[in-house]
Amino acid sequence: MALLSGKTKEALLGPLNKNNPVIVQVLGICSALAVTSKLEPSLVMAIAVTIVVALANVVISLLRKSIPNRIRIIVQLVVAAALVTIVSEVLKAFAYDVNKQLSVFVGLIVTNCILMGRLEAFALGNGPWPSFLDGIGNGLGYGWILVVVGFFRELLGSGTLFGKKVIPQAVYDAGYENNGLMMLAPMALILVAIIIWIHRARNKELQEEMN
Amino acid sequence: MNRENSTYTIIYASVMVIIVALGLAFTHQTLNSRQIQNENIDKMQQILRSLNIDAEAGVADAKYNELIKNAYLITADGQKVEGTEGITPDDPAFSGEHSEIQFPVYEAEVDGSIKYIIPMNGAGLWGAIWGYLAVERNGSTIYGSEFGHAGETPGLGAEIVLPAFRDPFKGKELIKNNEFKSIAVVKPGQSVADRDYVDGISGGTITSKGVDAMLLESVGQYKNFLMNLHSGN
Repeated sequence: MALLSGKTKEALLGPLNKNNPVIVQVLGICSALAVTSKLEPSLVMAIAVTIVVALANVVISLLRKSIPNRIRIIVQLVVAAALVTIVSEVLKAFAYDVNKQLSVFVGLIVTNCILMGRLEAFALGNGPWPSFLDGIGNGLGYGWILVVVGFFRELLGSGTLFGKKVIPQAVYDAGYENNGLMMLAPMALILVAIIIWIHRARNKELQEEMN
Repeated sequence: MNRENSTYTIIYASVMVIIVALGLAFTHQTLNSRQIQNENIDKMQQILRSLNIDAEAGVADAKYNELIKNAYLITADGQKVEGTEGITPDDPAFSGEHSEIQFPVYEAEVDGSIKYIIPMNGAGLWGAIWGYLAVERNGSTIYGSEFGHAGETPGLGAEIVLPAFRDPFKGKELIKNNEFKSIAVVKPGQSVADRDYVDGISGGTITSKGVDAMLLESVGQYKNFLMNLHSGN
């Protein structure tokens, strides 16, 4: 299919694995720490970031031939901030509960390094369709890490998933306790590090040369 | 067209800002009525939760109108301010449009007995925290409580909204030996001698302290009102 060949396919699928924004480029770590103590906010955050990155990429890509070079970062910020505000307003009107849970983090998508990184590195030099796919790919690449981290933090930290108890009472009676450490931000960093470790062990080309 | 020209850059920036401003203003205008409605319903749900009723967003409005019998403002010495009665979102008790020395009170009737609901406001670790305290007719015994926050840490401070934190408030006394003492929030395992207390959140120390301060200061503004109720019984 012409729409998904070569470079565009790489734009969509690369970020999911070998070019992942979180575990290879180590971007967007701040929000990965903040929202992943529960699975549900992780998922909503993943979706919100995917939508914003994809749309911002398309807008910047459409404008790329007209943007004055000297103020391009400002233009990118304005576009990103406008989209984030719209997403936040829509959530407030139609998904009030979710919006309450994510609170400030929706607004903070503006400062997500992945967003600025993709606008600067990809959308400014590519057409709208590849930019859209690149946005979707990076959003999902960021999202799946968040969901995995959120899954383990909620499971091991609270014994729940999506707020529902999944570890049976019998296990607690036998002496098992929730690991409170999982709820603290450093554990998100450690979990991300473990994912990076596994990922690099399986992809030798990503490992740095030892001198 | 020369993209590096200063005039072009300035015009580009101005046009962009105007377009974005118009777009955002339009979005806000279109969605504003829904957002306000959501906020009102959320507030009603919070008030109902302080009465230990978990109402879905769809039925909160009806349930609120059924249970809340009256709402009004009081002054610092506990007297009702004339002309402030009314429970609809436009009335001063609900809308919050009143002077800083007037405090809203809601009256609810549950199973034939009157409960007084007091709103609270305070500060947590990252931002505002608030809550509602439903008090029995004697002005002292807690019937139920509800807490909310703008952005406390999920899994830590944010746990103040959960029943595990709220439920222990039930049956605690605000007034000890005819003196307003409020309720303390302590580190789990600790205790205080002269007043009732509940356990704080492990790992959410600053939020717990914020709730403790809020219970003392925000509820303290109703001291005279509660004492009047207390001595009236």
